[in-house]
Amino acid sequence: MEQLLQQFASGLANGAIYACVALALVMIYVSTDHINFAQGEMAMFSTYISWQLMSWGMSFWIAFILTVIISFAMGVLIERLILRPLHNAPVLSIIVVFIGLLAIFNSMAGAFWSYLIKEFPSPFPKADFGIAGVIGPHQLGVVLVTLIVLGLLFAFFRYTPLGLAMRAAAQNPQMARLVGVRVDWMLALGWGLAASVGAVAGIMVAHIVYLEPNMMGGILLYAFASALVGGISNPAGAVAGGFIVGILENMVAYAGNQIEKATGVYIIGNGEKLTVALIIVIFVLTVKPAGLFGRVVVRRV
Amino acid sequence: MAASSKKWVLGAIVFAVLVPLLQPVFPDVVSNYRLFLVSTMIIAAIAVLGLNLLTGFNGQFSLGHGAFYAVGAYTAAILMDKLNVPYWATIPAAAIVCFIVGYLFGLPALKLEGHYLALATFALALAVPQILKYKWLEGLTGGVQGIVLMKPEVPFGLPLSEDQWLYYFCLLVMIVLFWGAANMLNSRSGRAMMAIRDQYLAADTMGIDTALYKTVTFGISAAYTGIAGALSASAIAFVAPDSFGIFLSIKFLIGLVVGGIGSLLGSVLGGIFYVLVDNSAQSLTQFIRNDLGLPFDLSAYTVFGVLLIAIIYLMPMGIAGGLYMAYRKLRGARA
Repeated sequence: MEQLLQQFASGLANGAIYACVALALVMIYVSTDHINFAQGEMAMFSTYISWQLMSWGMSFWIAFILTVIISFAMGVLIERLILRPLHNAPVLSIIVVFIGLLAIFNSMAGAFWSYLIKEFPSPFPKADFGIAGVIGPHQLGVVLVTLIVLGLLFAFFRYTPLGLAMRAAAQNPQMARLVGVRVDWMLALGWGLAASVGAVAGIMVAHIVYLEPNMMGGILLYAFASALVGGISNPAGAVAGGFIVGILENMVAYAGNQIEKATGVYIIGNGEKLTVALIIVIFVLTVKPAGLFGRVVVRRV
Repeated sequence: MAASSKKWVLGAIVFAVLVPLLQPVFPDVVSNYRLFLVSTMIIAAIAVLGLNLLTGFNGQFSLGHGAFYAVGAYTAAILMDKLNVPYWATIPAAAIVCFIVGYLFGLPALKLEGHYLALATFALALAVPQILKYKWLEGLTGGVQGIVLMKPEVPFGLPLSEDQWLYYFCLLVMIVLFWGAANMLNSRSGRAMMAIRDQYLAADTMGIDTALYKTVTFGISAAYTGIAGALSASAIAFVAPDSFGIFLSIKFLIGLVVGGIGSLLGSVLGGIFYVLVDNSAQSLTQFIRNDLGLPFDLSAYTVFGVLLIAIIYLMPMGIAGGLYMAYRKLRGARA
C-alpha cells in the first residue's frame, strides 16, 4: 500500500512537469495552430542557462528568475525572427523549421556544455518538509512550484488586460485586430510565456533526470501525450492531462512490477515508459482526437 | 522521362560502375574508405527516397522513418545472425516485413493529417530504441549490446575488395529501386498518389481509393527505407538500438528537405549531402579546436539545423528544385 502511495506521489510530481510542458505546447498551439517540436529542447537549453548562472555563483532562486526572464526573451526572439516570416508557409515548412530548432538547441547545448551528465541541485531543504516515506521534499516542492506558476498564469490570463488581449488574439485574430490588439505581438508574447513555462519545467525536472542535452526527449513525448489526453486546444485540459498521464505512467509501471512479482512474467516496466507514451499518443489521436476536454473541430468542406 | 535526362542517368550509371575500376590507377583518390563512404551515401539515398515517396509524392509527413530503417536493419541482422541467411536474401525479406509494418502504421495514419501525423511519427521515432531493448525481444535483438555481423564476402571469386563489392551491391539495389520508383510514379498509381497530395477531395471524388493508396504508399515507403536499413546492417556489420533514435529520422528529413521534396534526383543529392556533412563535421571540429583554439564542439546537427531553416527560407524546393530553376532560367535566357 505504501509503495502504491509512493508511486502515486511520484506520478503527481512527474505529472506537474508534464503539465507545464503540455501547457507550453498548448499555448503555442492555440494561438498559431503549430505543434512546437522544439519545446523540450528549448526547456533543456534554459536549464543549462540556469546551471551556468549557478556555477557563476548565483543562488538557485535568483538563477531561476533570471532564467525565466532570459527564456521569455528567447521565445519572443524565435517567434519574431524565425517564425513570423513563415506566417503563411505550408505545414511541412513549419514542421521542418521546428525540427531544425530542435537540432540546433540540442547540438549547441552539447557544444557549449558537453554531453556529460551533470548533477543539478534541488532548492528544497532535505528533510524539513515532505511526508516521510510517501513523498520526498523535492517532489512536493516541484508540485508546489508548478501549482504556483499555473496559478500565476491563470491570474494573468483571467484578470489582466494584456492577458485578455492575448486570449482575444488567439481566439479571433481578425476581430482582435479590429479592436486595436496588436495580434502579432501577442503571438510573440505567447511564445515567450511558453518558453518561460518550459524553463520552469526543465529546472524542476533536472534534479530528477539529471542535466544532459537529451534529458527532455522522453518528457516532451509525455507532454505531447498529456496535451492530447487533455485536448490540445484546452489549456486547463492540458494541465489535467499532465497529472493524469503522470499518474498513469507510474501506475502502469507499478502494475507491471506487481505482475512480475506475482507471476514472474515480465510484461512492462520502467524500460517501456516511452512505448507507453507512444501508445497513448496514437490511441488518443485515432480514437478521440479532441481529447477529454477539447473542442471537437468541425470543418466545412 | 525525356530522352535527354535518360542519357544523363545512363551516363551517371556508367560512371558509377567504372569508378572502382580506377582504383589501381589513382589509389589515393579512389580509396577503399571512400568507396565505403559512397556506399553509405547510396544507402542514405535509398532511405531518403523512401521518405520522399511518402512525403514528397503522397503528402503524408513522417518524422519517424528511422523506425522503419530500424525494422529493416534488425530484420536483416536477425536473419543473418540466427538463421544464417545470406546477406543478399535479407533485402527482399526486410522489404516485405517493412511493407507490412508500414502498411499497419498507415492505417491509424489515415485519420491523421499534417501536424498530427508528424506528432504520431515523432513519438514513434522517440520510442524506437526502447522498443528494441524490450526484454521479450532480447533473445532476438541482443538487447542493448545489439548484434555483431560479418561483412558481405565477395562472391564467385571476383577480383574485388570487400568494399568494392559492397559498393557494387549497393549500387545495384539502388538502381533497381530508383527504376522501380520512377516507373511507379510515371504510372496511373503514381498519378493517383500525387493527386491525393495535391487535392485530396478532388482525388476522392474522381474515384481514387484514397485510403488504399495512402496505406499502400506508407507500406512502400517503409519498404524502401527498410531496404536501406537492411543494406546498412550488412555494410556496417553491426546493429544496436541507440543508433536508431530520433536523430536518424531527422537525418532523413534533412536529406529530403535539402535534396528536394518530391524529386527523385533530390533523394540522391539529399542522401549524399547528409552523409557528407555527418563525416566532415568531425574534421571541422578538429579544425576549430586545434587551429582556431576555440573550446567548441561543432556537431553535424548544428549544421543540419541551420540548413533546415535556411533552406525553407531560400530554396523551398531543395537543391534539386534550385538546379531545375537555374536550368530553366539559363534555357530561357538562350531562347
